[in-house]
Amino acid sequence: MGLSQDEIFEKVQEALVEALGVDDDEVNREATLVGDLGAESIDFLDIVFKLEKSFDINIERTELAPEDILTNGDYVKDGVVTAEGMAELKRRMPWANMSEFEQNPRVQDFGNLLTVGDLCSYVGSKVGSDA
Amino acid sequence: MRWFWIDRFTEFVSGSHARGYKNVTLAEEALDEYCPGFPMLPPTLIIEGMAQMGGILVSEHFQFDKHVVLAKVGKAKFHKPARNGDQLSLAVDLDAVQDTGATVTCLSHTGDELQAEIDLMFAFLEDGRFTDGPLFNPGMLRDMLRMMNFFHVAVDPDGNPVQEYTNI
Repeated sequence: MGLSQDEIFEKVQEALVEALGVDDDEVNREATLVGDLGAESIDFLDIVFKLEKSFDINIERTELAPEDILTNGDYVKDGVVTAEGMAELKRRMPWANMSEFEQNPRVQDFGNLLTVGDLCSYVGSKVGSDA
Repeated sequence: MRWFWIDRFTEFVSGSHARGYKNVTLAEEALDEYCPGFPMLPPTLIIEGMAQMGGILVSEHFQFDKHVVLAKVGKAKFHKPARNGDQLSLAVDLDAVQDTGATVTCLSHTGDELQAEIDLMFAFLEDGRFTDGPLFNPGMLRDMLRMMNFFHVAVDPDGNPVQEYTNI
Protein backbone atom coordinates (compact mmCIF):
# COMPACT_ATOMS: atom_id res chain seq x y z
CA MET A 1 0.00 0.00 0.00
CA GLY A 2 1.36 3.38 -0.98
CA LEU A 3 1.49 6.55 1.05
CA SER A 4 -1.00 9.38 0.65
CA GLN A 5 0.13 12.66 -0.90
CA ASP A 6 -0.21 14.33 2.47
CA GLU A 7 1.89 11.68 4.20
CA ILE A 8 4.61 12.08 1.59
CA PHE A 9 4.52 15.88 1.91
CA GLU A 10 4.78 15.77 5.69
CA LYS A 11 7.86 13.54 5.60
CA VAL A 12 9.48 15.56 2.83
CA GLN A 13 8.74 18.73 4.78
CA GLU A 14 10.33 17.25 7.90
CA ALA A 15 13.45 16.28 5.94
CA LEU A 16 13.77 19.76 4.45
CA VAL A 17 13.22 21.51 7.78
CA GLU A 18 16.00 19.44 9.32
CA ALA A 19 18.39 19.66 6.38
CA LEU A 20 17.94 23.34 5.58
CA GLY A 21 17.07 24.83 8.95
CA VAL A 22 13.89 26.44 7.59
CA ASP A 23 10.49 26.77 9.24
CA ASP A 24 7.60 24.40 8.50
CA ASP A 25 5.52 27.12 6.89
CA GLU A 26 8.29 28.01 4.44
CA VAL A 27 8.14 24.52 3.00
CA ASN A 28 5.14 24.61 0.66
CA ARG A 29 4.73 22.68 -2.57
CA GLU A 30 5.54 25.70 -4.76
CA ALA A 31 8.77 26.65 -2.96
CA THR A 32 11.95 26.09 -4.96
CA LEU A 33 14.67 24.26 -3.06
CA VAL A 34 17.48 26.60 -4.05
CA GLY A 35 15.81 29.98 -4.58
CA ASP A 36 13.19 29.92 -1.84
CA LEU A 37 14.64 27.53 0.73
CA GLY A 38 18.32 28.39 0.24
CA ALA A 39 19.55 24.87 -0.46
CA GLU A 40 23.22 24.68 -1.43
CA SER A 41 24.81 21.85 -3.35
CA ILE A 42 25.99 20.05 -0.22
CA ASP A 43 22.45 20.19 1.18
CA PHE A 44 21.21 17.95 -1.61
CA LEU A 45 23.39 15.14 -0.30
CA ASP A 46 21.89 15.70 3.14
CA ILE A 47 18.36 15.73 1.70
CA VAL A 48 19.06 12.47 -0.14
CA PHE A 49 20.25 10.82 3.09
CA LYS A 50 17.18 11.99 4.98
CA LEU A 51 14.72 10.92 2.28
CA GLU A 52 16.37 7.51 1.93
CA LYS A 53 16.04 6.92 5.65
CA SER A 54 12.58 8.38 6.02
CA PHE A 55 11.04 6.48 3.10
CA ASP A 56 13.35 3.46 3.06
CA ILE A 57 14.26 4.08 -0.57
CA ASN A 58 17.47 4.17 -2.57
CA ILE A 59 18.20 7.36 -4.49
CA GLU A 60 20.75 7.26 -7.28
CA ARG A 61 22.81 10.42 -7.64
CA THR A 62 21.81 11.02 -11.27
CA GLU A 63 18.10 10.81 -10.55
CA LEU A 64 17.98 14.14 -8.73
CA ALA A 65 21.08 15.73 -10.25
CA PRO A 66 21.40 14.84 -13.94
CA GLU A 67 24.87 16.35 -14.26
CA ASP A 68 25.77 13.82 -16.92
CA ILE A 69 23.08 15.27 -19.20
CA LEU A 70 23.84 18.90 -18.40
CA THR A 71 27.54 18.46 -19.18
CA ASN A 72 27.03 16.36 -22.30
CA GLY A 73 27.93 18.20 -25.52
CA ASP A 74 25.23 16.24 -27.35
CA TYR A 75 22.56 17.74 -25.12
CA VAL A 76 23.87 21.24 -24.42
CA LYS A 77 24.92 23.91 -26.90
CA ASP A 78 26.27 27.30 -25.77
CA GLY A 79 24.99 26.80 -22.25
CA VAL A 80 21.46 25.96 -23.40
CA VAL A 81 19.83 22.54 -23.25
CA THR A 82 18.93 21.31 -26.75
CA ALA A 83 15.61 19.72 -27.73
CA GLU A 84 17.28 16.31 -27.44
CA GLY A 85 18.61 17.29 -24.02
CA MET A 86 15.16 18.36 -22.87
CA ALA A 87 13.73 15.05 -24.04
CA GLU A 88 16.41 13.22 -22.09
CA LEU A 89 15.78 15.31 -18.97
CA LYS A 90 12.05 14.61 -19.17
CA ARG A 91 12.72 10.92 -19.62
CA ARG A 92 15.03 10.92 -16.61
CA MET A 93 12.87 13.18 -14.44
CA PRO A 94 9.23 12.61 -15.43
CA TRP A 95 8.15 13.79 -11.98
CA ALA A 96 9.62 17.28 -12.42
CA ASN A 97 7.61 20.18 -13.82
CA MET A 98 9.87 21.57 -16.55
CA SER A 99 7.33 23.78 -18.31
CA GLU A 100 8.90 27.01 -17.10
CA PHE A 101 12.51 25.87 -17.53
CA GLU A 102 11.73 24.68 -21.05
CA GLN A 103 10.88 28.21 -22.17
CA ASN A 104 14.50 29.28 -21.67
CA PRO A 105 16.48 26.17 -20.77
CA ARG A 106 19.77 27.67 -19.69
CA VAL A 107 21.93 25.16 -17.82
CA GLN A 108 22.76 27.74 -15.16
CA ASP A 109 19.06 27.97 -14.25
CA PHE A 110 18.57 24.23 -13.88
CA GLY A 111 19.75 24.27 -10.28
CA ASN A 112 16.74 26.33 -9.26
CA LEU A 113 14.24 24.15 -11.10
CA LEU A 114 13.16 21.73 -8.41
CA THR A 115 10.29 22.59 -6.11
CA VAL A 116 9.09 20.87 -2.96
CA GLY A 117 6.18 19.56 -5.02
CA ASP A 118 8.61 18.03 -7.52
CA LEU A 119 10.45 16.33 -4.69
CA CYS A 120 7.15 14.92 -3.37
CA SER A 121 6.32 13.63 -6.86
CA TYR A 122 9.75 12.03 -7.10
CA VAL A 123 9.34 10.28 -3.77
CA GLY A 124 5.82 9.25 -4.80
CA SER A 125 7.26 7.64 -7.92
CA LYS A 126 9.63 5.63 -5.73
CA VAL A 127 7.27 4.52 -2.97
CA GLY A 128 3.95 4.53 -4.80
CA SER A 129 1.29 7.08 -4.01
CA ASP A 130 -2.39 6.48 -3.34
CA ALA A 131 -3.42 9.75 -4.97
CA MET B 1 49.09 22.78 19.42
CA ARG B 2 48.60 19.34 17.94
CA TRP B 3 45.30 18.97 16.23
CA PHE B 4 44.37 15.61 17.78
CA TRP B 5 41.00 15.70 19.51
CA ILE B 6 40.79 11.98 20.21
CA ASP B 7 43.30 10.36 22.58
CA ARG B 8 42.64 6.70 22.06
CA PHE B 9 40.54 4.26 20.10
CA THR B 10 39.15 1.51 22.30
CA GLU B 11 36.98 -0.23 19.71
CA PHE B 12 36.68 -0.06 15.95
CA VAL B 13 34.62 -2.29 13.71
CA SER B 14 35.00 -1.53 10.03
CA GLY B 15 31.84 -0.14 8.45
CA SER B 16 30.02 -0.14 11.78
CA HIS B 17 31.27 1.92 14.71
CA ALA B 18 34.17 3.37 16.65
CA ARG B 19 34.66 3.99 20.36
CA GLY B 20 37.33 5.94 22.15
CA TYR B 21 38.34 8.53 24.70
CA LYS B 22 39.18 12.17 24.84
CA ASN B 23 40.78 13.24 28.10
CA VAL B 24 40.25 16.87 28.99
CA THR B 25 43.26 18.50 30.62
CA LEU B 26 44.13 21.95 31.82
CA ALA B 27 47.41 21.69 29.95
CA GLU B 28 45.51 22.32 26.72
CA GLU B 29 45.64 25.95 25.63
CA ALA B 30 42.12 25.88 24.30
CA LEU B 31 40.69 25.04 27.68
CA ASP B 32 41.24 28.21 29.68
CA GLU B 33 41.20 30.63 26.77
CA TYR B 34 37.69 29.80 25.59
CA CYS B 35 35.82 30.99 28.66
CA PRO B 36 38.31 32.67 31.03
CA GLY B 37 37.74 31.64 34.62
CA PHE B 38 35.62 28.65 33.63
CA PRO B 39 37.91 26.17 31.88
CA MET B 40 36.08 23.91 29.47
CA LEU B 41 36.77 22.20 26.19
CA PRO B 42 35.14 24.35 23.49
CA PRO B 43 32.17 22.47 22.04
CA THR B 44 33.52 23.04 18.53
CA LEU B 45 36.58 20.96 19.44
CA ILE B 46 34.35 18.15 20.66
CA ILE B 47 32.71 18.29 17.25
CA GLU B 48 36.20 18.21 15.72
CA GLY B 49 37.05 15.09 17.74
CA MET B 50 33.86 13.41 16.57
CA ALA B 51 34.67 14.48 13.02
CA GLN B 52 38.12 12.93 13.32
CA MET B 53 36.72 9.68 14.66
CA GLY B 54 33.83 9.66 12.18
CA GLY B 55 36.09 10.65 9.31
CA ILE B 56 38.40 7.74 10.07
CA LEU B 57 35.40 5.38 10.30
CA VAL B 58 34.15 6.52 6.90
CA SER B 59 37.61 6.64 5.30
CA GLU B 60 38.50 3.14 6.47
CA HIS B 61 35.21 1.85 5.08
CA PHE B 62 36.57 2.91 1.67
CA GLN B 63 40.13 1.64 2.41
CA PHE B 64 41.30 5.26 2.77
CA ASP B 65 40.93 5.71 -0.99
CA LYS B 66 38.53 8.66 -0.83
CA HIS B 67 39.11 12.27 0.13
CA VAL B 68 36.70 12.43 3.07
CA VAL B 69 35.88 15.90 4.40
CA LEU B 70 33.40 17.12 6.98
CA ALA B 71 30.57 18.72 5.02
CA LYS B 72 27.85 19.46 7.53
CA VAL B 73 27.05 19.38 11.22
CA GLY B 74 23.46 18.19 11.14
CA LYS B 75 22.86 18.32 14.88
CA ALA B 76 24.93 19.32 17.89
CA LYS B 77 23.38 19.25 21.37
CA PHE B 78 25.56 19.82 24.42
CA HIS B 79 24.05 18.79 27.73
CA LYS B 80 26.93 19.80 29.96
CA PRO B 81 30.36 21.37 29.57
CA ALA B 82 33.46 19.19 29.27
CA ARG B 83 35.63 20.34 32.20
CA ASN B 84 39.26 19.71 32.99
CA GLY B 85 39.58 16.26 34.53
CA ASP B 86 36.68 14.86 32.54
CA GLN B 87 37.12 11.85 30.32
CA LEU B 88 34.81 11.94 27.32
CA SER B 89 33.73 8.51 26.13
CA LEU B 90 33.12 8.95 22.44
CA ALA B 91 30.83 6.68 20.43
CA VAL B 92 30.49 7.10 16.68
CA ASP B 93 28.21 4.94 14.55
CA LEU B 94 28.12 4.80 10.78
CA ASP B 95 24.59 5.76 9.85
CA ALA B 96 24.37 5.84 6.05
CA VAL B 97 26.77 5.59 3.14
CA GLN B 98 26.41 6.78 -0.44
CA ASP B 99 28.95 6.94 -3.25
CA THR B 100 29.21 10.69 -2.69
CA GLY B 101 29.14 10.91 1.11
CA ALA B 102 28.23 9.40 4.46
CA THR B 103 26.55 10.28 7.75
CA VAL B 104 27.49 9.31 11.29
CA THR B 105 25.80 9.71 14.68
CA CYS B 106 27.96 10.54 17.68
CA LEU B 107 27.52 10.48 21.45
CA SER B 108 29.82 11.77 24.17
CA HIS B 109 29.45 10.64 27.79
CA THR B 110 31.22 11.62 30.99
CA GLY B 111 30.72 8.63 33.23
CA ASP B 112 27.07 7.69 32.86
CA GLU B 113 26.01 11.18 31.88
CA LEU B 114 25.25 12.12 28.31
CA GLN B 115 27.47 15.07 27.48
CA ALA B 116 26.80 15.67 23.77
CA GLU B 117 24.85 14.35 20.77
CA ILE B 118 26.21 15.16 17.34
CA ASP B 119 25.21 14.16 13.80
CA LEU B 120 27.74 14.72 11.05
CA MET B 121 27.75 14.42 7.28
CA PHE B 122 30.88 13.81 5.25
CA ALA B 123 31.37 14.38 1.54
CA PHE B 124 33.95 12.90 -0.77
CA LEU B 125 36.02 15.32 -2.81
CA GLU B 126 36.33 14.39 -6.46
CA ASP B 127 39.87 14.06 -7.78
CA GLY B 128 41.15 17.46 -8.77
CA ARG B 129 38.50 19.29 -6.75
CA PHE B 130 40.23 21.52 -4.18
CA THR B 131 43.12 19.06 -3.96
CA ASP B 132 45.06 16.99 -6.46
CA GLY B 133 46.75 14.60 -4.07
CA PRO B 134 46.21 12.95 -0.72
CA LEU B 135 45.00 15.01 2.23
CA PHE B 136 47.91 13.81 4.41
CA ASN B 137 51.63 13.55 3.85
CA PRO B 138 52.83 9.94 3.36
CA GLY B 139 52.80 8.04 6.64
CA MET B 140 51.27 10.91 8.61
CA LEU B 141 47.81 9.44 9.05
CA ARG B 142 49.22 5.99 9.77
CA ASP B 143 51.45 7.42 12.51
CA MET B 144 48.51 9.32 13.95
CA LEU B 145 46.37 6.18 14.01
CA ARG B 146 49.16 4.20 15.67
CA MET B 147 49.47 6.79 18.41
CA MET B 148 45.76 6.53 19.02
CA ASN B 149 45.91 2.72 19.35
CA PHE B 150 43.79 2.34 16.24
CA PHE B 151 45.61 -0.74 14.98
CA HIS B 152 45.44 -2.33 18.44
CA VAL B 153 41.67 -2.53 18.29
CA ALA B 154 40.49 -2.14 14.68
CA VAL B 155 38.83 -5.20 13.20
CA ASP B 156 36.86 -5.96 10.06
CA PRO B 157 33.21 -7.09 10.26
CA ASP B 158 34.40 -10.69 10.77
CA GLY B 159 36.54 -9.73 13.73
CA ASN B 160 39.89 -9.99 11.94
CA PRO B 161 42.44 -7.20 12.38
CA VAL B 162 42.25 -4.58 9.64
CA GLN B 163 45.14 -4.48 7.22
CA GLU B 164 48.16 -2.24 7.82
CA TYR B 165 47.24 0.26 5.16
CA THR B 166 50.18 1.36 3.03
CA ASN B 167 48.34 4.20 1.29
CA ILE B 168 48.09 6.38 4.38
